[in-house]
Amino acid sequence: MEKLAILSDAAKYDASCASSGSTKRNSLATGGIGSTTGAGICHSYAPDGRCISLLKILLTNFCIYDCAYCINRSSSNVRRARFTVQEVVYLTLDFYKRNYIEGLFLSSGIIRSPDETMMQLVEVARQLRVTHRFAGYIHLKTIPDCDPLLLEEAGRFADRLSINVELPTDDGVSRLAPEKRPAEIRKAMGNLRMKIEEKSEPTLRTKRKERFAPGGQSTQMIIGADAANDDTILKTSARLYSSYHLKRVYYSAFSPIPDAKSSLPLIQPPLMREHRLYQADWLMRFYGFEQNEILAGQSDGMLDLAVDPKLAWALANRQRFPVDVNRGDRESLLRVPGLGTKAVAKILQVRRYRTLRLEDVGRLCQSVNKVRPFITALDWQPGGLTDSPSLKARMTPQPAQLSLF
Amino acid sequence: MYSVTLADQTDFDGWRHAARQLALAGVKPGDVRFSVVGQTAEDLFENASSLLPEPPAGAEFTVPREVVKRLEQVIHHRDPDRFSFMYRLLLRVSREKNLLRIASDPDIQRLERMEKSIRRDAHKMHAFVRFRKIDVAGEEWFVAWFEPEHYIAEREAGFFRARFTGMKWTILTPWRSISWDGADITVMPGASKEDAPADDAAEDLWRTYFTSIFNPARLKVKAMQAEMPKKYWRNLPEAPLIPGMIAGAGKAAEEMVARAPTLSAPHHARIQEQYWEPKKMGGMAEEEIAATLDALEKQAEGCRRCPLWKDATQTVFGEGPRDADVVFVGEQPGDQEDLAGKPFVGPAGQMFNATLEEVGIDRQRVYVTNAVKHFKFEPRGKRRIHSKPNSGEVQACRWWLDQELTLIQPKLTVALGATALTALSGKTMPVTKNRRQIVTTESGLRVFVTVHPSFLLRIPDKETAARERRLFAEDLAAVRDLMNAA
Repeated sequence: MEKLAILSDAAKYDASCASSGSTKRNSLATGGIGSTTGAGICHSYAPDGRCISLLKILLTNFCIYDCAYCINRSSSNVRRARFTVQEVVYLTLDFYKRNYIEGLFLSSGIIRSPDETMMQLVEVARQLRVTHRFAGYIHLKTIPDCDPLLLEEAGRFADRLSINVELPTDDGVSRLAPEKRPAEIRKAMGNLRMKIEEKSEPTLRTKRKERFAPGGQSTQMIIGADAANDDTILKTSARLYSSYHLKRVYYSAFSPIPDAKSSLPLIQPPLMREHRLYQADWLMRFYGFEQNEILAGQSDGMLDLAVDPKLAWALANRQRFPVDVNRGDRESLLRVPGLGTKAVAKILQVRRYRTLRLEDVGRLCQSVNKVRPFITALDWQPGGLTDSPSLKARMTPQPAQLSLF
Repeated sequence: MYSVTLADQTDFDGWRHAARQLALAGVKPGDVRFSVVGQTAEDLFENASSLLPEPPAGAEFTVPREVVKRLEQVIHHRDPDRFSFMYRLLLRVSREKNLLRIASDPDIQRLERMEKSIRRDAHKMHAFVRFRKIDVAGEEWFVAWFEPEHYIAEREAGFFRARFTGMKWTILTPWRSISWDGADITVMPGASKEDAPADDAAEDLWRTYFTSIFNPARLKVKAMQAEMPKKYWRNLPEAPLIPGMIAGAGKAAEEMVARAPTLSAPHHARIQEQYWEPKKMGGMAEEEIAATLDALEKQAEGCRRCPLWKDATQTVFGEGPRDADVVFVGEQPGDQEDLAGKPFVGPAGQMFNATLEEVGIDRQRVYVTNAVKHFKFEPRGKRRIHSKPNSGEVQACRWWLDQELTLIQPKLTVALGATALTALSGKTMPVTKNRRQIVTTESGLRVFVTVHPSFLLRIPDKETAARERRLFAEDLAAVRDLMNAA
């Protein structure tokens, strides 16, 4: 139990806990246990607001790397422990059978060599899948320099593979994680994308797709440990999404760790900044925003903490509003603050049969007050509201509410 | 006034039959009262008839199949008024075409909210059921107590069967209980919390995990409660820990911050010496002139002569025999080349290879490289749009191209497109005017001029594309003849 405490404590700085994005499968045919539904399931929530979906642990927190931001770096005085492959396998099964978790997210400190470490991670996944017919979700952290054959094995058993870029810039990495080589991390992500694409083609012989990380790859960046601004961070994200077809980039507000290095900011983690980055990330992925639009006009390259990035963009680009909800195209509607992708889809559907009034829009979105200044409807014109200088103040939540995040 | 009594809370067939009869007879929603057997309070409508009306002969009542399916779901909602609402909606749908598509209609909004609430409840059931292991005649059996918001236990049996096929389990709920013995699902009457086992040894491990995975420096209680409402807490073994974790979080975080940095761990120096010191040696300074192509390639890996390295994956160096007679020079690596670290492997590369083969040039015998060795692009969602390298970047990268040519000493170079021609000749020259000709540069290099194969891929018109492709093949045939003549 102490081992579990040490090795889950050591894993909590990895933000990802997603169990989504993989193919659907179940145990009806195999008689084993486990299923994935495509959408993830969060089985619990810790008071830090983070979902607990997977058993997120390290195989060991011994590590030969000395990354300043990491609790497990070689110079840290943290207590060390190590699981055997068997222990992780049984812990996963015991938790899964009680419906505590969706599966396993296994990572590890690097011991001796990348290959040896990776081999053990793969062995856990192999035993779960093969020996125990486990069909739940498996996310393996991938060690950048490991043997391509091990990577192939890993992809066969895991739903998702991830390699952390750690920090938004290569300079940041070389300063805070001197033993890591950003060039190798990029190559590894590139390799992974090629493998995933190669295996998504049906093989010539069997005409069947080989299984390879159906949940794709993801990565994580630590926010606030170095001086990179939001613009730099989002640029890096845009590069990563386009280059390696990542399913997700996770932003992890740097959080003070026990026994920290003195070179790091020991402050409250910038949670609001992290939240705004996720919102901006969403704008790039689902709302048709280009990376360079999001912060255009913000001289310091930082997202506004007081209002969300879509509202900030709309306030800075008022000439684009109001948008007529009865005529505007999908792209313009997606730019309206307060209209999400679902609300836009509903508006487009309903207006084939009805001309929308403001009241109708109110039933299709979360808050009509947020939307109102930016749209026109059959019975609604915002008049001077759209261009009113006090609009931002009116739309800014009271500071007291900010502390909720 | 009519009164309809349903067999149980989710008796859809009963509701459907009654609703159909009533609708055929033209009964208004306000004139029907629905209830469930055994749950009827005192009858307020003494005159209500429990006999359904006889529909007029030849009457027809049709609605889209979709509404039937959706109502079948909504009957699982706990709202006691749902049967009447369903009847009202049924009548409206039969009269108003496309009503189901009009999400802004208050009734449709209510329907969607009810559906959403049921979906959410089902999702929370999938998430928050907690099994406890017991022993039944020497076999493991997993039992859970759960309190869903709606009447969904029976309907969710399929999910748990598909997930826990290899286990025997029972989920007890106040309304219905479901059980799987490895072969069949059994639906049983409701149960009470006392019917479930009181504990499971694994819960201590789970609580240890729950406490350890929590980061006290990021307290977000509202976010937690939004997703894990308190009404579910009473059946979650980890929930009793939450108040203590919240209360202690501030102190725990402060302690982390306040604790002074310590000296490096004892084993740190040894690890540094064993793993990292040896790797810090070696590596060649870029300023030294490489004596071989291999050494040059190694140097180029770390090239930072222009900013293009920042966004690219890697340097894509030339490839081919170190003493090739002919060197082909393209513009820059593309998406695929950037990932693979090899030149000419993407679509344009495949076109290039196919044409080489067609005219009888063995790619193994020629050296292929690019004027610029990092991929320059603009990110567009999941794609990278190629952007043309500017003259500064081409100029910076000539450092490598010139050395490649010095080390290989080819008899002929082939410029594929304008960028390559500029890089080789050192000045801007039109490709079309010099095509299929040999330009001799100031340094005495012979440059055969042709187009870049990617140009052929961008021609939308089929005929033009075929013609250009022929011209390109003729160009390469001319190169072949030059090779053979030499």
